[in-house]
Amino acid sequence: MSIEQIDKIIDKYVNEKGVLIQLLLDIQGQLNWIPKEAIMRIHERLKIPVSEIYRVASFYTALSLKPRGRHLVRVCAGTACYVRGGPRVLDSVERTLMIKPGETTNDKIFSLATVNCLGCCALGPVVEIDGQYHGKLSPSNIGQLLSKYAQSETKECV
Amino acid sequence: MRLNSPADLEELRKKIIAKVDPQKPAVTLCISTGCEALGAKDVLKAFKEEFKKQGLEGKIDIKETGCLGFCERGPRVVVYPEDIAYFKVQASDVPEIVSKTLLNKEIVERLLYVDPNTGEKAKRLIDVPFYKYQYRLLMDNNAKIDPKKIEDYIALDGYKALSKTLFQLTPDQVMEEVKKSQLRGRGGGGFPTFQKWDSTRKTDETPKYVIVNCDEGDPGAFMNRALMEGNPHSILEGLIIAAYAIGSHEGFIYVRQEYPLAVENMQMAIDQATAYGLLGNNILGSGFDFKVKIHKGAGAFVSGESSALMTAIEGRVGEPRPKYVHTSEKGLWDKPTVLNNVETYANIPLIINKGAEWFTKIGTAGSKGTKIFALAGKVNNTGLVEIAMGMTLRDMIFKIGGGIRNGKKFKAVQAGGPSGGMIPEQYLDTPVDFDELKKLGAIMGSGGLIVMDEDTCMVDMARYFVNFLCDESCGKCVPCREGLKQARKILTDIVSGKGKEGDIEKLRQIAETSNASALCALGQTAANPMLTTLRYFPDEYEAHIKEKRCPALSCKPLINFYIDPAKCNACTLCARNCPVQAIDGAVGKIHIIDQSKCTKCGTCFDTCRFKAVTKISGEPVPPPIPEEQRLKKPVKKAT
Repeated sequence: MSIEQIDKIIDKYVNEKGVLIQLLLDIQGQLNWIPKEAIMRIHERLKIPVSEIYRVASFYTALSLKPRGRHLVRVCAGTACYVRGGPRVLDSVERTLMIKPGETTNDKIFSLATVNCLGCCALGPVVEIDGQYHGKLSPSNIGQLLSKYAQSETKECV
Repeated sequence: MRLNSPADLEELRKKIIAKVDPQKPAVTLCISTGCEALGAKDVLKAFKEEFKKQGLEGKIDIKETGCLGFCERGPRVVVYPEDIAYFKVQASDVPEIVSKTLLNKEIVERLLYVDPNTGEKAKRLIDVPFYKYQYRLLMDNNAKIDPKKIEDYIALDGYKALSKTLFQLTPDQVMEEVKKSQLRGRGGGGFPTFQKWDSTRKTDETPKYVIVNCDEGDPGAFMNRALMEGNPHSILEGLIIAAYAIGSHEGFIYVRQEYPLAVENMQMAIDQATAYGLLGNNILGSGFDFKVKIHKGAGAFVSGESSALMTAIEGRVGEPRPKYVHTSEKGLWDKPTVLNNVETYANIPLIINKGAEWFTKIGTAGSKGTKIFALAGKVNNTGLVEIAMGMTLRDMIFKIGGGIRNGKKFKAVQAGGPSGGMIPEQYLDTPVDFDELKKLGAIMGSGGLIVMDEDTCMVDMARYFVNFLCDESCGKCVPCREGLKQARKILTDIVSGKGKEGDIEKLRQIAETSNASALCALGQTAANPMLTTLRYFPDEYEAHIKEKRCPALSCKPLINFYIDPAKCNACTLCARNCPVQAIDGAVGKIHIIDQSKCTKCGTCFDTCRFKAVTKISGEPVPPPIPEEQRLKKPVKKAT
């Protein structure tokens, strides 16, 4: 992560109104979190108050003010998944990774989050990892699923 | 190539259609989120490889389409021109489909849909009961269109309604048609679309904005995603027509970031439409200008509320504001704004093309047209279901949905998401429309229908929704922020066995207060799940509070797992799968659960093949059987 990298993202949004959320989503997408340096740089260049940037960044669930692990595991907590055993799948993920939603494993490989609905309700319970959807899960196949990702080095931890 | 007149568009349409040979063999498969999760991309790759291997490239067409709704049985493949539908197709099935069906017109029987109730096989999509009873006005084209190709949409009369609007109708005439169609908003409240448009149109202030709401934050609903992924141009066309009618030249499409494919396909649709001159300046040479931009949501349920969505587009925290001034008059950047749901816009081109009179023939007296529902939960056939308004809930769940999973008993259906309500069995014959659902304390909402069976605890579901809304409350007004927090505490206590006398009265009080005083519809309707479960399932509340018993055997703090010694075959399967080693036993030695170690994860209950593991609630767990009685005649060790 460097200032140049952040500047490059900000460049796309100068002279446009109402860009803050789109800008932060872009930074989140590329850096996997919103570092303080990025907030300060947005403030300097777009003259948006730091408090406002911070408020937006802490309000929306897709934005993280803490570094995230290499793989983001999002367990769907939507209604359809819930009635089909979503909470037990979440339990199983928590037990396997030994972290709670919002946390990152010590080795920085996994971050865990719950998500309100992935729009994949017909396949519940669903877990999404790095944009890939895994449906019709049960607590017993979580270990196998996660171990595949633990070994993969594809997505770099920032 | 830019189209500069309606004649240009018709010319292009003719050219596209002329290129298509209806008798040429073709394969279509769904590549949207659901089927992709089940391996559709691998199937696609396998088809391409197989065509190459057999020298069939160019001789057989392959088309990637959007969602057809029956996600449960994906990946889905349809072979044309015979119209044969295959379900649950894996890459390994592809060579057989190619050599048998595509080359020799033979059917691969094992990939056909089998009706679990009658055992009958369905050859075509329309023969599958899931599709047979539907009325697929909006969803049907998803099967025929590659959403990444505007030409596919144009071939199916795409942008014909726009061309008609711009060259044959005045804005007044468009408004008149929408009024006569009696179209109501598909996103939640069912507000008449005409009225919304009319009040924006009548203000003198400019600029005016039009917005597509694809926030779809309602957990359990995904019809907007399917439409946006599968047929983005239908939404775009509806949006441009709306803009013309009310006099707007700029629009926004708000899509939640959880739907990356919807964003991708919509962006591509915008780019392609712009290249053809169907969007941008001087559309089709009519002199009408309209531009549109996608705005990605960042994950907040409240952003689906119209005024909060607008503040999010402005780049701020999405918070609703009081509605004494309507957003139709002062909306985005305080300018008059029309905001409609994805599905509402998708109806517009149909109404313009076929006329309001045709549209009003579908549906009930007060709710015209069709509605797409997301049927999910404990039902056999889950997926997207489009029906003419007025079909009964029973028909939807039992005829289309194929009844309840695993032969369990139906308990309730949750309609309308967190603002909706639970509907019990005695009301299953209610015809589904905006007004009938409201009478039952639920709402149509965006069309989420979650089916629940005897294993679902109604108190826990009320807690689930209150907890959801509590997390998602933006915190601006007190009744929602503080009231829901208290309701969550009371409900959490009840499902944990700490319920007290008087809890129910307190819940009712909170519900009434938040209904009367919350700022936005989310807070006002937040109590619906609580109120409907209290109304229809008071016994379940009583059992939790008074007997510390969960009748559905679902609330963890109120249940225990117990191995019935008479049924235990001492096979060690449960013991080996227990994640916390709480089960003591060996081959030939009856197993016992150590209640102090048990985390109630239910793995033993799922794995036992002899139904020896049971759930107990409201009564003490029987003491473990004496050590000397535990030895059993050895059985074969289960693998």
